[in-house]
Amino acid sequence: MRRRLMLALALIGGAAAAAQGDPALFDPVASVVMTPRCVNCHQAEAPRQKDIGVIHAQQVVRGKDGHGSAVLQCAACHQAVNTAQGKVPGAPNWHLAPLSMRWQGLDKKGVCEQMRDPKRNGNRKGGEAVIEHMKTDPLVLWAWNPGANRTQPPMSHEDFVKVLQQWADAGMPCPQ
Amino acid sequence: MISLHINGKTKQVEAAPDTPLLWVLRDELHMSGTKFGCGMALCGACTVHVDGQPARACVLPVSAAVGRKIVTIEAIGDTPVGKRVQQAWAEIDVPQCGYCQSGQIMAASALLKAIPKPSDKDIDQAMSGNICRCGTYPRIRAAIHKAAGNGGKA
Repeated sequence: MRRRLMLALALIGGAAAAAQGDPALFDPVASVVMTPRCVNCHQAEAPRQKDIGVIHAQQVVRGKDGHGSAVLQCAACHQAVNTAQGKVPGAPNWHLAPLSMRWQGLDKKGVCEQMRDPKRNGNRKGGEAVIEHMKTDPLVLWAWNPGANRTQPPMSHEDFVKVLQQWADAGMPCPQ
Repeated sequence: MISLHINGKTKQVEAAPDTPLLWVLRDELHMSGTKFGCGMALCGACTVHVDGQPARACVLPVSAAVGRKIVTIEAIGDTPVGKRVQQAWAEIDVPQCGYCQSGQIMAASALLKAIPKPSDKDIDQAMSGNICRCGTYPRIRAAIHKAAGNGGKA
């Protein structure tokens, strides 16, 4: 009984320490996820394009499942790979991030809180699940190989995973 | 040799896997109804149906079309919706130069199949990827409403 109590106290203590991790650990994460390659598709009603985040031409909209309107779907143009000499972006299952995962209008703090909230991050419980998305999702990975001289995130994907891990290990602290 | 299912028939073509479907349609199969516009999925002139959904043939690798049902402008009139669309197009005399109209009709047919009585908003969201340099948009909209049975009115 006493051992269990000690363990529980240790866990609570660990969680409290984690929650007090340095919020600055999110800064390098934010420097990647708040770039146009990520934010342009973490939108509410319609995707955006280019580094200035202009609303997607052709009145492309989210539609009921994030894949476009009933008959103007993302896949009408976006294939599994880039096409037209890279001018038309492509990756498997091109689509908007789920509505719950939208970053439109959020500041750094808002994005951080969204990323650690399973209700708004695709039900990813804990840092490892969030990191898994960033490590393996084809649309995330496309940002590091976008072609056609598109701007890339400010660090390598390998370094991005490292800073994510540091942020997760510290308990996913967010700016106040 | 690549096997494709086009307009209800199986076609065998010689093409590299990344060849755009449009090139195969026009240059290999000599089906010139589908038009080349921009080559970058920006104008919609090359719209075909792939498993019932509009797709831009100019950027669709032929390898991605294997095993899927492709319908082009040459056969859209064989479907009830496509026939209604073509009739409405003719009655309202929609085209001016006509170059974009294959794509417009393919997009409109898919729209009416999915949404039999589309609102103007539905039309905007379905048709905004199909550009018309002649500006026949008001007639396109009227023809879609007419084909939907609304007498050419919203």
